[in-house]
Amino acid sequence: MTLTKRVIPCIDVDLDEDGEAAVYTGVQFEELKYTGDPVEMAKRYNEAGADEFVFLDITASAEGRETMLDVVEGVADEVFIPLTVGGGIRTVADIKETLRAGADKVSINTGAIERPELITEGAKAFGSQCIVVSVDARRRSDDQGENYVDVDGESVWFEATVKGGREGTGMDVLEWVEEAERRGAGEIFVNSIDRDGTKDGYDLPLMEAVAKRVSLPIIASSGCGEPEHMKDVFDVGADAALAASIFHFDEYSIEETKRYLDENGIPVRL
Amino acid sequence: MSQQSLDRTTTSVMVVDYGLGNLRSATRGLERAGASVTISDDPADLRDADGIVLPGVGAFGEGMDNAGPFRADLVAAAEEGVPILGICLGMQMLLTSSEEANREGQGDVEGLDLVPGRNVRFTGTQKVPHMGWNELSVERPHPLVEGVDGEYAYFVHSYYAEPDDTDAVVATTEYGVEFPAVVANEAGTVFGTQFHPEKSGETGLRVLRNFVNIVAEE
Repeated sequence: MTLTKRVIPCIDVDLDEDGEAAVYTGVQFEELKYTGDPVEMAKRYNEAGADEFVFLDITASAEGRETMLDVVEGVADEVFIPLTVGGGIRTVADIKETLRAGADKVSINTGAIERPELITEGAKAFGSQCIVVSVDARRRSDDQGENYVDVDGESVWFEATVKGGREGTGMDVLEWVEEAERRGAGEIFVNSIDRDGTKDGYDLPLMEAVAKRVSLPIIASSGCGEPEHMKDVFDVGADAALAASIFHFDEYSIEETKRYLDENGIPVRL
Repeated sequence: MSQQSLDRTTTSVMVVDYGLGNLRSATRGLERAGASVTISDDPADLRDADGIVLPGVGAFGEGMDNAGPFRADLVAAAEEGVPILGICLGMQMLLTSSEEANREGQGDVEGLDLVPGRNVRFTGTQKVPHMGWNELSVERPHPLVEGVDGEYAYFVHSYYAEPDDTDAVVATTEYGVEFPAVVANEAGTVFGTQFHPEKSGETGLRVLRNFVNIVAEE
């Protein structure tokens, strides 16, 4: 098998004060920082060897969605690599218009938790390959979970959350991703509320547990602070690794990240 | 209709809009490759096209249902030797049938049968869908795959083509099993790429340019 592991820059798009689409990057314990124009950024990352883009609409408001579709069109016109778009997708019509704007996949989070049939309907209409189910996982150490993993001697379970981790659902992530697979999801996008913005590395026990639970490709997200973190998460079974700030703030380039991975035995497209 | 389509000196390619595909990237890719592109949901337009592209995102059964009105004209165009490029699902639709769409008890959904064979699902321990960048291995020289041997292309699919005639296989890729990445019919005018050329960066644009050149020469 020569399928390569994917390195994916994540681009968080929000409206700036003039109502224009702009890229914002979260910095730990701080406000979001403006980091550029989404289409320009996509062009730059494409040239640097990104394997794919993930665009997340932070606001997911009605105006935000309209603007996002314009951005998707702009990127699809200029950049010929895959594009996943997430944020505020609630209906089959939302999926359709996002794909028609030029997205290759849609990432569904809250919309799928509120109404799991959306996964089934989307997969039936457009094929599983474009339905990415995104989950915001949070560690819990109480006795409310169904599946526990040992993390440094502590027994934890992972709860699916909504609203950026501010609201729990009581649902066990491992049960949820299994249901998502059964309903026809084509890929699982795993975020960690505990690691988000920390740069301490991905939540490896979480990623490993999800990778073992489903046979779908896994995109690992949250916590990447250096190329070695990507190697670590590929080693526990992730198929793609997502990062935002290390690329946006030029701490590491995509080229050097992929070179590091290649030198350390991870198959990548160079 | 794009503005350039009025320019008769350029090669006109029609992208078939059967309601599912991601037409935008395919269209821009073809334009970058020098074609003037018309997106159309009217089967009658097929008769004016120098070349035809069947884009591909979606499920086989749905795709064939939606492409139903185009069937007769696509088959006629293929018989006349008009170059046709099927992408991903669009390639799978060129075959005779697919395991993906077997309506309970009613047998397989019929494909276009322009490249005889069947689409089958990946079996084995590899993750499905096959999603990501994988290597192209050109099996026989063909203008469509000039310059792309050993390059990476972007794939997203759970099924792959098994043409009846192994000569139909132009390039392969390995994912647990060696499967056709590019097929062509016997006449060499109907092609399919399992990968998405419109999503495969420079390599993909090269394939689209090759296709547009083939169209220009026909």
